[in-house]
Amino acid sequence: MFKVLLAFIRKEFYHILRDKRTLLILFGMPLAQVLIFGYAVTNEFNDAEIDIMDYAKDETSEQYINHLQSSGNFIVRRVLGSPNEMEEGMKAGKAKLVVSIPDNFSEDFYAGNSIQIQVITDGSDPNNANTLVQYLTEMTQSFQRQKRNEPTDPYTINVASRMLYNPQLASAYNFVPGTIALILLIICAMLTSLTIAKEKEIGTMEILLVSPLSPLLIILGKVAPYALLSFVNAIVVILIGFFVFDVPVLGSTLLLLSMCFLYVFTALSLGILISTTVKTQQEAMMKSLMGLMMPSMLLSGFIFPLASMPVVLEYIGKIIPATYFIRILKGVMLRGVGLNFILFEIAVLLAMTLGFLFLSWRNFKIRLE
Amino acid sequence: MSETKVIEVAGLTKKFGDFKAVDNISFEVEKGEIFGFLGANGAGKTTAMRMLTGLSKPSSGKGKVAGFDVLKESERIKERIGYMSQKFSLYEDLTVKENIRFYGGIYGLSRQQIQTKTSHILEELNLDQVGTKLVKSLPLGWKQRLAFAVSMVHEPEIVFLDEPTGGVDPMVRRQFWEAIYQAAELGRTIFVTTHYMDEAEYCDRISIMVAGKIKALDSPDKLKDQFEAGSMDEVFLKLAR
Repeated sequence: MFKVLLAFIRKEFYHILRDKRTLLILFGMPLAQVLIFGYAVTNEFNDAEIDIMDYAKDETSEQYINHLQSSGNFIVRRVLGSPNEMEEGMKAGKAKLVVSIPDNFSEDFYAGNSIQIQVITDGSDPNNANTLVQYLTEMTQSFQRQKRNEPTDPYTINVASRMLYNPQLASAYNFVPGTIALILLIICAMLTSLTIAKEKEIGTMEILLVSPLSPLLIILGKVAPYALLSFVNAIVVILIGFFVFDVPVLGSTLLLLSMCFLYVFTALSLGILISTTVKTQQEAMMKSLMGLMMPSMLLSGFIFPLASMPVVLEYIGKIIPATYFIRILKGVMLRGVGLNFILFEIAVLLAMTLGFLFLSWRNFKIRLE
Repeated sequence: MSETKVIEVAGLTKKFGDFKAVDNISFEVEKGEIFGFLGANGAGKTTAMRMLTGLSKPSSGKGKVAGFDVLKESERIKERIGYMSQKFSLYEDLTVKENIRFYGGIYGLSRQQIQTKTSHILEELNLDQVGTKLVKSLPLGWKQRLAFAVSMVHEPEIVFLDEPTGGVDPMVRRQFWEAIYQAAELGRTIFVTTHYMDEAEYCDRISIMVAGKIKALDSPDKLKDQFEAGSMDEVFLKLAR
């Protein structure tokens, strides 16, 4: 029995190693995804170019401008001559933000009068605009505290916030778990449904079914190599996250790996289910891309938070396995929680896996009868 | 059951909803016979064959293949039959040797047996030179004969061929039938479906299926006498009318 399985797995590795498309998905995609999310898709800003409209042109306004640049978040692109130029840089897409400092800045500042600093941002890119305004507000407050030397101003309430588990608000903390969830899903579900569909398409599935191999062994032989490879992939992504993007693994490594294993199992059963409903590779590709990739990327809480979604989408998000796996990963990697904090998520994933396997088995039965 | 009957079918029926794809067919096939299964596309040939090979469960009726019940003992049957479909059933991205090794492997042959089989098949088909070439680089005729040889890698009693010569030129078809004769001479039973009437002449006996029923069953010569026809083509046309 074991020898038969081995013969099958060897053959499967030949397929994988000789197909450029599979190899690309297996090894190119995880790398590309980590690097794209790591370097390109980021909510952090360094050296965002800003324009300044300085009506005051006095000593304090100059100090304020210097203070803004000292953070490293902003770089002054140019100091504008007239308010007409304010929109120019933004239209060209060069200036991310315009700060307008009013007349008599110095005087009003030391007299304790209220001052209005106008900030204009590019609303066509709302996420970035929000982040930049936040940075600017923080810098302005710190400037105020520093200059006035009044740590205990009786009339102001200072909110001291601290981002627990991710003090620098590094976006890698979000994308590394998300990427692992996506990659495992793509490799396990998409590639297995593709490879099973391929056997159907070229007619070898019939031969296998006529042979004494039990259907269970056929499926096992087909998915085992992918399970192994995607598990390796998950470890690689965790390592890249750790060494390149400083994403910690606070919880138990053993727990983390066994959770990856559970999710691999869920994704595989989903891939098998897809393969029982399709006849061609193209169909399998469409179903796994539209049915798995898109929702897992958009509705799992990876990119957009689930809580802020319309109710319908929120419910859809709740039936996506990736949603629960991302929660588990964040819990174990970032908050360092143990098994008892993620029992619910584990139960959901287990139930989903059994459900998928049951449906696949039923589809398979119907086809035989 | 008699020693020489390798397939016995009585009243075999397959329904898909109200549609009877195979309607109450009965026949017997002798050991070493080349048994042709003829019919137009959609006449029920493939469905009937799928029931005999355990790919599909009969709705009613009885059947025995290689002495085992198609309803209850399909696992035992699978060990004793070979199967080749019109799609050639080989992996194009594997080499000739790897294909033989894989199919030998899933039928539980030992490494030793696989090696002997491999050199035997390569020699017989004159494929020595291309043993390590990918199957996709071979001409169609070679692939087909290789697929036939591979379907017999575990020395089955019966080989089922589902339209094995579809889309192949007459010259290659002729060669393929020579290979079939060779296998039959070794005592192997060949069960072959086809819709080429000229191929029917090569069979020992043929059954002609029309709309799920067997309309005629005998040797080609006797059928021609019975229907007063000059060729199998004419027999078939008279039946289909």
